[in-house]
Amino acid sequence: MQYKSQAVAKPYFIAAIALFIGQIVFGLIMGLQYVMGDFLFPAIPFNVARMVHTNLLIVWLLFGFMGASYYLVPEETETELFSPKLAIAMFWVFLVAGALTILGYLLVPYAALAKMTGNDILATMGREFLEQPLPTKLGIVVVALAFLFNITMTLLKGRKTAISLVLVLGLLGLAVFFLFSFYNPTNLVKDKYYWWWVVHLWVEGVWELILGSILAFVLIKVTGVDREVIEKWLYVIITMTLVTGIIGTGHHYYWIGAPEYWKWWGSIFSALEPIPFFMMTVFAFNMVNRRRREHPNKAATLWALGTGVMAFLGAGLWGFLHTLAPVNYYTHGTQITAAHGHLAFYGAYVAVVLTIISYAMPILRGRAANSEKAQVMEMWSFWLMSISIFMITLFLTGAGILQVWLQRISETPMGFMAVQDQISLFYWLRELTGVVFLIGLVVYVCSFFVKGETKAA
Amino acid sequence: MSTTFTKSMARNVFYGGSVFFFLLFVALTLDTNQTLPKRDNSQNITPSVAHGKKLWETNDCIGCHTLLGEGAYFAPELGNVYKRRGPDFIKAWIKSQPTGTPGRRQMPQFNFTDQELDDLVQFLKYTSEINTNKWPPNIEG
Ligand code: HEC
Ligand code: HEM
Ligand code: HEM
Ligand SMILES: [Fe+2]
Repeated sequence: MQYKSQAVAKPYFIAAIALFIGQIVFGLIMGLQYVMGDFLFPAIPFNVARMVHTNLLIVWLLFGFMGASYYLVPEETETELFSPKLAIAMFWVFLVAGALTILGYLLVPYAALAKMTGNDILATMGREFLEQPLPTKLGIVVVALAFLFNITMTLLKGRKTAISLVLVLGLLGLAVFFLFSFYNPTNLVKDKYYWWWVVHLWVEGVWELILGSILAFVLIKVTGVDREVIEKWLYVIITMTLVTGIIGTGHHYYWIGAPEYWKWWGSIFSALEPIPFFMMTVFAFNMVNRRRREHPNKAATLWALGTGVMAFLGAGLWGFLHTLAPVNYYTHGTQITAAHGHLAFYGAYVAVVLTIISYAMPILRGRAANSEKAQVMEMWSFWLMSISIFMITLFLTGAGILQVWLQRISETPMGFMAVQDQISLFYWLRELTGVVFLIGLVVYVCSFFVKGETKAA
Repeated sequence: MSTTFTKSMARNVFYGGSVFFFLLFVALTLDTNQTLPKRDNSQNITPSVAHGKKLWETNDCIGCHTLLGEGAYFAPELGNVYKRRGPDFIKAWIKSQPTGTPGRRQMPQFNFTDQELDDLVQFLKYTSEINTNKWPPNIEG
C-alpha cells in the first residue's frame, strides 16, 4: 500500500461482499417463488424479496465503487486522501441506513413503511429500484455529497490523471442523475420518462465511466503498459459510451406514451451501444497481451479480462438482442429483459467491483498478491459464478422466447399465468444454477481465508 | 491506436461529443414534453386517478407486476388490465386475495376500502388509455 489512507477502502470492500451474499440469498428465494408460488407467503411476498434483492445489489455496488475510489484516487493523485475520518464516518452512515432500510422492507408492510417515513410529504416510493423511503434517499444524497467532496478535495491537491478525472466525472453523474428519483409526477408518462434518467443514464451512461476508469487503473497496474496508451483508450471508449448511450435512452420510450419518433432515435443509437463494450474487451485483451511485467496477481488479471467479455455479452449482445423497436415490441417486459438484466449487471458492474477487490485486497492486507492456493480458489469462484450466471441467462432467454411465442405471437394467445406454467422447467433450471452461483460465491469468500506463501507488497 | 491521434485529442472529442449529444437529448426531451398532451391522456387525471397512483406506489404493485411493460415479471401486465377484465372484476379480484391455491403464485390482501378500490380502478383506466403505439401486441399483455 503506497498511501496510508487507502486503507479506508477495506471496510467498504468487506461490506460489499457481505451484502452480495444477502442479495443472492434473496434471489434464490424469488427463484423458488417462481415455481412454488406460496413459498414463504405471506411472510416474505415476492415483491419484498425483489426489493431486497435489487436494492442490495445497488447498495453493494455503490460500496464497491466508493471503496474503489478510496483505493485508487490516492494512488493516482499521489497524495493522501483529504479526510480518511470522513470516509469512515460515511461508511457507517451508509451501512446503518442500508441495514435499516432492508429491515424496514422485511418487517413492516410497505404501505405502513411509506406512512412512517414521510412519503406523504414527498411521494418517491414504490417505483422499481427506487423503492427506498425518503430518509434513505436523502441519506444516499448526503453520503454521495460527502464522498464526492472528499474525493474532489483529494484530486485538487494532487496529480490529475485522466483515470481519476473520468472516475470523478462518473461519480458526479451518478449523484446528479439520482436527483431525478425525487421527481415523481402524477402523469405516469412523465414519471416513467424521467425514471429512466436515473436507471438508464446510470447503467448505460455515467456508471460506464466508473467502470472504464477502474478497469483502466487495474490494467495499468497488472500489465505495466504505458499510461498514455491506456488513457487514450479510456477516452475513446467513454466517448462512444456517451455518444450512443445518452440518446440510446430512447429504447425505453417506445411503449410508454412518448412520441413515436423515439422508435427511430432509440433503435439507431442504442444499436450502437455495444460498440464501447466491444472496445472494452479488445482493450483488456490487448493490454494484457502487450504486458511489460508478470504481475503475481493472476486472479485480478482474470477478473479484468472477464469483465470485458461478460460485459460485452450481457450488455452488448443481450442488449442488442432486444433493443430494436420491432423486436422490443414483442420482448418488452418479459423474461428476455430479466435475462439481459442479470448478465449485464454481472458482467459489467459485479465483475469490475470484484476485479478491483481482487487487485486491491491483497495489497490492503500487506502483500502483493495472495498465495498460489488462494488464487486458484478465487479463479475457481470466477468460473463458477461466471458460467452459472451465463447459464441462468440462457435459461431465462429460453423461458422468454417461449413466453413471447405463447403469449404474444401465437394465433391463440395464452394468458400470462397459463404461460408461466408451461415454462416452469426453465425456472427450475434457473434455480438449480442459482445454487451453483451461491456455491461459487461461498468459494470466493473462502479464498480470503486460505493461507500459504505470499510475497510482501 | 496511431500516435497522431493523441490523448488530448481524445479528451477533447470526449467532452465535445458528450456535451453535443446531451444537448440533443435535452432538445428531444423538450419536444417530447410539448407533444405529450396529445398522447399521455393527462386530461383524464382526476384527483381519484392521482390517489390511485399513490396507492399503486405505496403498495408496491410494481414489485410483482409490469405496468406498460416495466416492473417485475412475476404477475400479469396491468397497463391494459382495465380493458382485459373490466372494473368489477378488478375490484372483486383485489378483495378476494390471496387465493391460497397450493403452489400457485400469491398476491397479498391489501384491505382497501371501496373508495380506494375505485381510485385504483380509475388509475388503471387512465393508464389503459395512454397512447402506447399499440403495445401490448394483444389483450393478454
Ligand atoms: C406479491 C406479488 C403481488 C403484488 C405485490 C401484487 N400482485 Fe396483483 N397479482 C399477483 C399474482 C401472482 C397475480 C396472478 C394470480 C393468479 O392468477 O392466481 C396477480 C393478479 C392481479 C390482477 C388480475 C390480473 C388479471 O389479468 O387477471 C390484478 C388486477 C392485480 N393483480 C392487481 C394488483 C394491484 C392493484 C396491486 C397493488 C395494490 C397488486 N396486484 C400487487 C401478485 C401480486
Ligand atoms: C452494463 C450495462 C447494462 C445494464 C446493467 C443493463 C441493465 C438492464 C436492466 C436491469 C434492465 C431492466 C430494466 C427494468 O427493470 O425495466 C434493462 C433493460 C433494457 N436494456 Fe439494458 N443494461 C445495460 C446495457 C444495455 C445495452 C448496451 C443495451 C442495448 C444495446 C440495452 C438494452 C436494453 C433494453 C432494450 C431494455 C428494455 C427491455 C424491455 O423492453 O423490457 N441494455 N437493462
Ligand atoms: C444467482 C441467483 C439469482 C437468482 C435465482 C436471481 C433471481 C431473480 C429473480 C427471480 C428476479 C425477479 C425477476 C422478476 O421481476 O420477475 C431477479 C431480478 C433481478 N436480479 Fe437476480 N437473481 C440471481 C442473481 C443475481 C445477480 C448475481 C445479479 C446481479 C448481477 C442479479 C440482478 C438482478 C436484477 C438487476 C434484477 C432486476 C431485473 C429486471 O428488472 O429486469 N441477480 N433476480
Ligand atoms: Fe437502457
